[in-house]
Amino acid sequence: MKIPFEKLDKAFENRLRLQIMSVLVVNERYDFNSLKELLDASDGNLASHLKALEKEDYIRVHKSFLGRKPNTNYEATATGKQAFKQHLDALEQIIKNQKTL
Amino acid sequence: MKENEIQDELTSIRSMMERSSKFISLSGLSGVLAGVYALIGAALAYNIIYGSGGFFSYREYVMADVDRSPARLFTLILIALAVLIASVITGIVLTIRKAKKKGQPVWGNTSRQLLFNMTVPLFTGGALMLVLINRGYFGVIASASLIFYGLALVNASIFSFKDVRYLGICDIFLGLLAGLLPGYGLLFWAIGFGVLHIVYGSIMYLKYDR
Repeated sequence: MKIPFEKLDKAFENRLRLQIMSVLVVNERYDFNSLKELLDASDGNLASHLKALEKEDYIRVHKSFLGRKPNTNYEATATGKQAFKQHLDALEQIIKNQKTL
Repeated sequence: MKENEIQDELTSIRSMMERSSKFISLSGLSGVLAGVYALIGAALAYNIIYGSGGFFSYREYVMADVDRSPARLFTLILIALAVLIASVITGIVLTIRKAKKKGQPVWGNTSRQLLFNMTVPLFTGGALMLVLINRGYFGVIASASLIFYGLALVNASIFSFKDVRYLGICDIFLGLLAGLLPGYGLLFWAIGFGVLHIVYGSIMYLKYDR
């Protein structure tokens, strides 16, 4: 049986991106600092992966100010949620196939 | 990709979903202690209201005859406040301790949402009860406090364990029952805030704390 590796989303190959996406599907919005704390990631690393997801149109960025501090919030787009679901389905499929082998 | 790698991936997804949307650092032990404080407080209040003839002694008073002098009312309010403050402090200290152990921020997205969702019904109920006390409707206090506390828990449970929701539903149910049986307010209070907290706290402790 053919294993559907090609159905896995390339954008989610990185563990951090997948984790960002998991947070954003269950929360309406999440801000940069909370995300950083939760995922235990560095500023630069997190920012570059967020940028990548934004480029794919999987997440939307909302910038605002809390007093004088900039506050950046992220939200998953419908496309992003769909892609995340398909990626999970693909992972599930792979596990199922390996069990029947 | 190997199978255990995929399993790893799925575990990390699940953990992120849970840790980002639910405050999982609520301490079970603090629930047990809050229940114990409430029972002590209820016993003290019982003594003040019904005299110290022992728990099984004949109840000489009916609700309407209970002395409502300001001094006595003040002592009762003091006991209630002491129970509340002791419970809140215990809860905060033990929750901070558990959050540190779990590596979850105490003051993060989830705890903020949890608190907000809890505070709205709680303060509404508190304000309503002050209005009712002011008007002399003492009889509905036990019922109203249990109901609003239960609603606060149900509301807050979206951001924490499911068990919190069951505790809330039980409290709402008890509050309605207390409304049906006026004069037994203290008994329902002792059950709702004392016994139920001890039961809930023990379950939480056994399920998540160890």
